[in-house]
Amino acid sequence: MSISLHGVIGRGNFERDLNFAVADGEVLAITGPNGSGKSTIIHTIAGLISLRSGQLQSDNITWDEPAAKTWITPEQRTCAVVFQDLRLFPHINVIANVAYGLRAHGVPKDEAMTRSSAMLSHVGLATFEKRRTLDLSGGERQRVALARALVVEPRVLLLDEPLSAVDAASRSALRELLPEVLASFAGSTILVTHDLVDVEALATATFGL
Amino acid sequence: MLSQKSTRDALLISLQTSVIAALLSCLFGVPLAWFLARSASRGLSALRVICISPMVLPPVVGGIALLTAFGRRGIVGHYLYDWWNISLPFTRTAVVMAQVFVAMPFLVLAVEAAFRQSDKGLEEAARTMGASPSRVFFTVALPAARPAVIAGIALAWARSLGEFGASITFAGSFPGRTQTLPMAVYELVSVDYRLSLVLSLVLIFISVGVLAAMRDRWMVGR
Repeated sequence: MSISLHGVIGRGNFERDLNFAVADGEVLAITGPNGSGKSTIIHTIAGLISLRSGQLQSDNITWDEPAAKTWITPEQRTCAVVFQDLRLFPHINVIANVAYGLRAHGVPKDEAMTRSSAMLSHVGLATFEKRRTLDLSGGERQRVALARALVVEPRVLLLDEPLSAVDAASRSALRELLPEVLASFAGSTILVTHDLVDVEALATATFGL
Repeated sequence: MLSQKSTRDALLISLQTSVIAALLSCLFGVPLAWFLARSASRGLSALRVICISPMVLPPVVGGIALLTAFGRRGIVGHYLYDWWNISLPFTRTAVVMAQVFVAMPFLVLAVEAAFRQSDKGLEEAARTMGASPSRVFFTVALPAARPAVIAGIALAWARSLGEFGASITFAGSFPGRTQTLPMAVYELVSVDYRLSLVLSLVLIFISVGVLAAMRDRWMVGR
């Protein structure tokens, strides 16, 4: 299993017992209403919040296990996140956003730029390299966030409400693009959403909160 | 007026020491501001009070504090003197130390506010993309706080340029060695009032000039 979580997640007064595993090539959709802890799951797997108890593992490596005092920092985890609010860096251009993770992983600049450029083409943004992220539409920003997550070739892709920040027109375009992109992604994907249309379009398995 | 050697020296010493003091304030103040804005350690508010206190302390008291710490028989100073024969008071270095002591809090306050306002989500995103905490600091947090850092350096520099009380107590007013422009003005008042007035005007123009240059960044939010 490329990712498995058995334990209690929590943030503030909120707490929830969870038990799931996702294999390579699978897309697990986690659904639930607002406030049911969907983002907390993503943040816990990414290492921005720690588990209350239990164990989080990826490829048989324990990322988080409070009882054993095991903790892998966010930057060491082989996962990538597309945040609900995207969190693109406003002070650098599109290609620098995409290359950021590669550079942080020590990939030489030329190679990082080549790979980022290829990834931008893959998501349909070939001519957007030098644009500022603030000047993009919601759908374009979403694609940058997706390219930025995929370019580091993560083992686990975490998508937090990937279509919520997008207008209706871009949404249908992204609904076509996302299954394509996910089909060529070798690792496992966890998608949290409250939209059942997304689930139908993308997921291979579902899990309700 | 600049034909008088002591006046020219005072201006040069002022410019030299205030620029060094502003750069040192940046070097130490920015990491300190980051720590104050992001750390969850206990005792943080006490640390903040200590860091900011030079802003409300009478500068002379600051000078005496520096003498007590770094004087030849001071708490730290006597080790410096006994072990390495280093004596700090009444040197150019002492002028810079006094200026940093008084000016750095201005920079720390400005930059800490900017770090607090900056989007923590971007820093989290950078972490999940594989960036170490120091990389996050230099590539995400610092660029976001850049206008505040520039404003902070300008404020610290202007404050250093005008520094008088702490410097004259800790460094003395020796023409050509530690005498800065404000000290020269003070000593000239009773001797040559017109010249002291002219030098005062020079200081006013420089200070107001800095504030005017910073008005977009500093007065109208960041």
